[in-house]
Amino acid sequence: MSAPVKLLYFAWLRARIGQVEEEVPLPPQVRDVAGLLEWLRGRGPRYAEALRDLSVIRVAVNQDYVGAEHPVRAGDEIAIFPPVTGG
Amino acid sequence: MIRVQREDFDVGRELERLSAGDHTVGGVASFIGLVRDFNLQGGSSASSAERVSAMTLEHYPGMTERKLAEIEAEANRRWPLAASLIIHRYGRLEPGDRIVLVATASPHRDAALAACHFLIDWLKTEAPFWKSEETPEGERWVEARAEDDAAKSRWSREG
Repeated sequence: MSAPVKLLYFAWLRARIGQVEEEVPLPPQVRDVAGLLEWLRGRGPRYAEALRDLSVIRVAVNQDYVGAEHPVRAGDEIAIFPPVTGG
Repeated sequence: MIRVQREDFDVGRELERLSAGDHTVGGVASFIGLVRDFNLQGGSSASSAERVSAMTLEHYPGMTERKLAEIEAEANRRWPLAASLIIHRYGRLEPGDRIVLVATASPHRDAALAACHFLIDWLKTEAPFWKSEETPEGERWVEARAEDDAAKSRWSREG
């Protein structure tokens, strides 16, 4: 069975993907952030383009910054965005 | 104290309130970030830079407050502060508008000044805000600067 996660996109990632947020069922082979990004890139040209250069992508799981090996689980809130530019 | 808001703030009133009634405070330090009318991405000096007529700040509600509270707690661990305040705005702002206020109060000036500097350096690399600028060539997302990471790393220490 696939389990849903909530995905949030910000700044130019939101603009390129064309969505603010979405609920997606996680395929069973997706276990961590790296796997999630890889899978998302295969969902269409907008995703592939937006997520092409991972050096300008940051990920937060449940509102904490995480690395590529961080696990993703059903019910997680996963935000994907460029490096921050506040202040 | 953390505030994330669309509306402007009154610097004088905020600074007064920070130390009001606390006579252990010997100094208040503050940093105010403003919207510039140029950006540096086209070049390194104002003369070669691009005009900016406005900017829009987007943020991640929930995580923003959480990260700012973490940063503030870390400053309070490192320095003996009587009080601290971070106000960060979001939405559309024009040149000259205030973006952010960081203020610290302490019995001693060294702690107040250092903690204030630390807070703005950390905020710039940790708090989930993004700026989009309106320029003659259209809208452009501001890119993160390596200098900001370097500024933050100055404050890193083991443990």
